Amino acid sequence: MKGSFSDFPDAVEVISGNPLKLDSMDQVETRYFNFAEPSENLDLESGEKLGPVTLAYETYGCLNAQKSNAVLICHALSGDAHAAGYYAGEQKPGWWDNMIGAGRAFDTDRYFVLCSNVIGGCKGSTGPASLNPATGKPYGLSFPVITIRDMVEAQRRLIDFFGIERLLCVAGGSMGGMQALQWAASYPQRVRSVIAIATTARHSPLQIAFNEVIRQSIMADRTWRSGDYYDYGPPDRGLAIARMIGHITFMSEASMEQKFSRNRTQVLKGIPFDPEFEVGGYLKYRGNQFVKRFDANAYLYITRALDYFDLSGDRLISPDGVRDARFLIISFSSDWLYPPSQSQDIVRQLKKGQVDVTSCELNSSYGHDAFLVETEGQTTLIRNFLSSSHER
Amino acid sequence: MNVRQKENPIPPDYRIIAEMIHPSARILDLGCGTGDLMAFLARSRNTRGQGIEINESAVYECVKKGLSVCHDDIESGLLEYPDKSFDYVILNQSMQEVRNADALLADALRVGRRVIVGFPNFAEISSRFRLFFQGRSPVTEALPYRWYDSPNVRFLSISDFRNFCERKGIKVLQTRYLRGQRIVACRPNLLAELAVFLLTVDKSFQN
Repeated sequence: MKGSFSDFPDAVEVISGNPLKLDSMDQVETRYFNFAEPSENLDLESGEKLGPVTLAYETYGCLNAQKSNAVLICHALSGDAHAAGYYAGEQKPGWWDNMIGAGRAFDTDRYFVLCSNVIGGCKGSTGPASLNPATGKPYGLSFPVITIRDMVEAQRRLIDFFGIERLLCVAGGSMGGMQALQWAASYPQRVRSVIAIATTARHSPLQIAFNEVIRQSIMADRTWRSGDYYDYGPPDRGLAIARMIGHITFMSEASMEQKFSRNRTQVLKGIPFDPEFEVGGYLKYRGNQFVKRFDANAYLYITRALDYFDLSGDRLISPDGVRDARFLIISFSSDWLYPPSQSQDIVRQLKKGQVDVTSCELNSSYGHDAFLVETEGQTTLIRNFLSSSHER
Repeated sequence: MNVRQKENPIPPDYRIIAEMIHPSARILDLGCGTGDLMAFLARSRNTRGQGIEINESAVYECVKKGLSVCHDDIESGLLEYPDKSFDYVILNQSMQEVRNADALLADALRVGRRVIVGFPNFAEISSRFRLFFQGRSPVTEALPYRWYDSPNVRFLSISDFRNFCERKGIKVLQTRYLRGQRIVACRPNLLAELAVFLLTVDKSFQN
């Protein structure tokens, strides 16, 4: 397995005996793994090839001598490799910092935690905004179609590079949960446990419908220019509206009522249709913030990857495959984007395959956002599930 | 399986159930609560398996004990399991809380080679006394609930259940009866507070 680190991580060096803390959570950094040079291109599900590929990733904690304590965290649609800790001088921690760290659900005193940005994304890993080596210009729509399986394939190369034979756990929420399930489907012999949160084994027509409107709103922005906007400025309006739609689906009726009710914002004079209700102002704000950190084409590619996702039937657990991995399936009562019924479908498939499964529907009013917010219940479940998986 | 030791004394019905189970069996505990029975069986009989429990905080307790448990209703949680997925399906103190007990038991007998049912005997003598002399619905040590807060929706006696098994062609492999901590040897329908039945529909099992 060829590959190189732009910045070789200290954490990959195995520490025996007293586990030294090499990476302090107060100062984490993103590193880059380059692979899939021309002779070893990444074979995509579509049949196309991609390479060279860069994966942005972060690690927390130490890999033990047996390399048996590695936990791969998979991020959601707009997430990135910065799952936990603080960058030097930054005030804002990684996106799942309340769950990853010393003494937390994913305890970095016990486990070696990795998180990488998905391919097709725009947070340091190769995606449509990356330079196409063949043309010297950004890929744009010449970037190949990406699936969840392709994302996992790229992660597998990173895990290989670390010399990790079998992951203790693959975990994630939403799209991250799909990657975790895909790991179990693609590499059942390489995962000891899977934690899939607020997710589905099969993207439903409702979910595809939302993503369609999301994509159409980006493409309706004239500045999108069929994806070839990198020399002209991005389609901010379209992407902002796309994200606003997303944010509606991340909340719940109850959480919106609680957060905004029918409260009014101050109406600016002369702009009659500027958001008049707080909920509208919130969505607009989130949309406008989002365009500063996300590439519109990446949003198109990743939402399409979600839509292709379908591990229903025997695709999750092959009848003649390895099935000694344990599963933890978590859902939230008020999540209507990835509702508990979809988690129950996953559990049904696992029961049918006689796979060891633990499931829990957490009572929460936060909708789909709950997986980032409901720390307490998730921590109890994940900490104990991981611990018993590790001790087996 | 790594299960934390418990300080509490082991309830007598747990011991009876453990005696009915062969070592290293694969079990499914329907209505497993906080997982005490499953943890005891894992410890004493080296069983592996799965629980189903509807209460969220009870699910947390099971996970803390290192057990696998599905947060689900036992009346709809069995359909997916293939036939004979488990050596034993256990319904301890949960059958009488289920509306469609008949269908649940049929499903349990399908997914398990054997089924263990533990239930309170509603015809136990102090219940009869309370009903007969006071004209009040029974509240006893084994049946501590009042009519308005009882989780029980099915009220059966040991004779009722024997009769039921006979009519359904369910083979009773073993029975054990308890009054407090003690085994009841004679007139169980009058004297026993708790009954534990080992059942099967598999013709190949011999008594």
